[in-house]
Amino acid sequence: MEEHDKFKSQIRSIYRLLTTLMVLFGITALAVVYLISDPTLSFFKEPTPVEEYAVVPSEDDFDKIENGIHVRTGFKDSEGLMAVVNNCTNCHSAQLVIQNRMNAERWKATILWMQETQNLWDLGKNEDIIVNYLVTNYPPQKKGRREILRDISWYDLKE
Amino acid sequence: MKRRHFISRTALSSLTALVGADIVFGALIPDGYTPLLMQDPDPFTLFKKDKGMVVLNDKPWNIEAKAHLLDDDITPNKYMFIRNNGLIPEDIDVSTWTLTIDGEAVKTKKTYTLAELKSKFQSHTYQLTLECGGNGRSEFDPPAKGNQWTVGAVSCATWTGVRLRDVLEDAGFTNKAVYIGFHAADVHLSRDPEKEPISRGAPMAKALQDETLIAFKMNGQDIPLAHGYPLRLVAGGWPASVSGKWLQRISVRDRIHDGTKMTGDAYRVPCNPVAPGEKVKDEDMCIIESMPVKSLITYPQSGAMIKDGQKLNIRGHAWAGELEVKKMEYSIDFGATWQNCPIAKPKNRLAWQNFNASIAFPKKGYYEVWARATDANGTSQPMLLPGWNPKGYLNNACHRIAIKVS
Repeated sequence: MEEHDKFKSQIRSIYRLLTTLMVLFGITALAVVYLISDPTLSFFKEPTPVEEYAVVPSEDDFDKIENGIHVRTGFKDSEGLMAVVNNCTNCHSAQLVIQNRMNAERWKATILWMQETQNLWDLGKNEDIIVNYLVTNYPPQKKGRREILRDISWYDLKE
Repeated sequence: MKRRHFISRTALSSLTALVGADIVFGALIPDGYTPLLMQDPDPFTLFKKDKGMVVLNDKPWNIEAKAHLLDDDITPNKYMFIRNNGLIPEDIDVSTWTLTIDGEAVKTKKTYTLAELKSKFQSHTYQLTLECGGNGRSEFDPPAKGNQWTVGAVSCATWTGVRLRDVLEDAGFTNKAVYIGFHAADVHLSRDPEKEPISRGAPMAKALQDETLIAFKMNGQDIPLAHGYPLRLVAGGWPASVSGKWLQRISVRDRIHDGTKMTGDAYRVPCNPVAPGEKVKDEDMCIIESMPVKSLITYPQSGAMIKDGQKLNIRGHAWAGELEVKKMEYSIDFGATWQNCPIAKPKNRLAWQNFNASIAFPKKGYYEVWARATDANGTSQPMLLPGWNPKGYLNNACHRIAIKVS
């Protein structure tokens, strides 16, 4: 009998322990679910204003290409694109690259200058890929001593 | 004032302007919450710029005007170009902001709070022309490296502040003083705290001019954040990079200042003229000082069509670095003949000058109106690009607009 009682009380304490654990687990699970849906705990704070502007859906494809353009940066989609994106847009914007028109020699000099003074890392095998991408997609254009006026938007001048 | 607060406040007022009504509970927008407009930073809202301004680069921010946006006598903030070398400082606290004068040629290192600067020294206001050394870079062939400015990296606002000379004299400098160099709160693009995005300066003669200011107001108001709030060195007539924004320290040097963008090919041109594309050694490059003579036709916008017999009224501004513009001309026949037009005196030294003309065209057709200014030394703007240089500085070629008479 003694043995039996002892066994019973052991079962009871295990049962209690399991119940407590289950309850704790349940509470934690609820808390986690709540935190995921409201990470700032705003429910417990002052009411926040109703926002009147729409929420932009998060980008499905981080490196989406549209009409031959890498949407996030504006770079042309071409061989070497991702090497350029990953190495050339950490410090400055892609716009600084796209504005410029240089030959391979001057791009290499620019890369060297960035390595010597601007904390750019060693590009290794990517250097040739990057320079090739740049001179292929953004080659220098001949402008001469003075260009003609282009892209004039004509309008009637009323005085 | 913390930048975040500043931004959320400006953002709020911009949002308010956009929605056309007060945003209900606007003051309750939580601190960590950034309205959607700011998440995808719209520079026009962020910096209160006109929608017609052109963004060349968003990191760092570089934004320029178009010629017709610069028509005002005094450039308002909305039409003022932004040229940043690094990132805008993030935590600006005016209650603890100080300016330190130090360097090899200063008698004792001295630090001033903003309140001390304003109370201890007399304030002065000048209208000052600030033009980026690289304005017009986009026209060079072979192309030059950097932001491809067209014509709009120039402004002429009024600046209020104390004279740099008064502050330097109060701190005391020795006869070894050669140059001043500024240090500022902006952050290097790599976020390396050891690096300064830009630290340029000027020889003592420029530093001691009446018009060289440590400014705390632009057009009568606090300097906008993108233009150097709360304190900016302003040295009109020189490359605008001398006018250091977010100013914290000025070093009085016993040598030519050797800070970031003082050396190599930055803000330097070949000491002797070179052929386009020629390589130039660092030691053969000379620091740009006064900017060259230049002018812009700010009215009408290029592309105007008028009726045969109708006169065309044009106007614009001309400036010449340290010098005054003495003569203004225009041509409607690609420089075959030039007509003089009146040029007003500057409001003060180093301010741009206004010109205007009324033009009659001989017959129908396509015309270009070209403008040409001549400085007090008799030097005029070239019609073609001036001497090529590796970084594409100092393009002061004549500005022109297209006109059709039908």
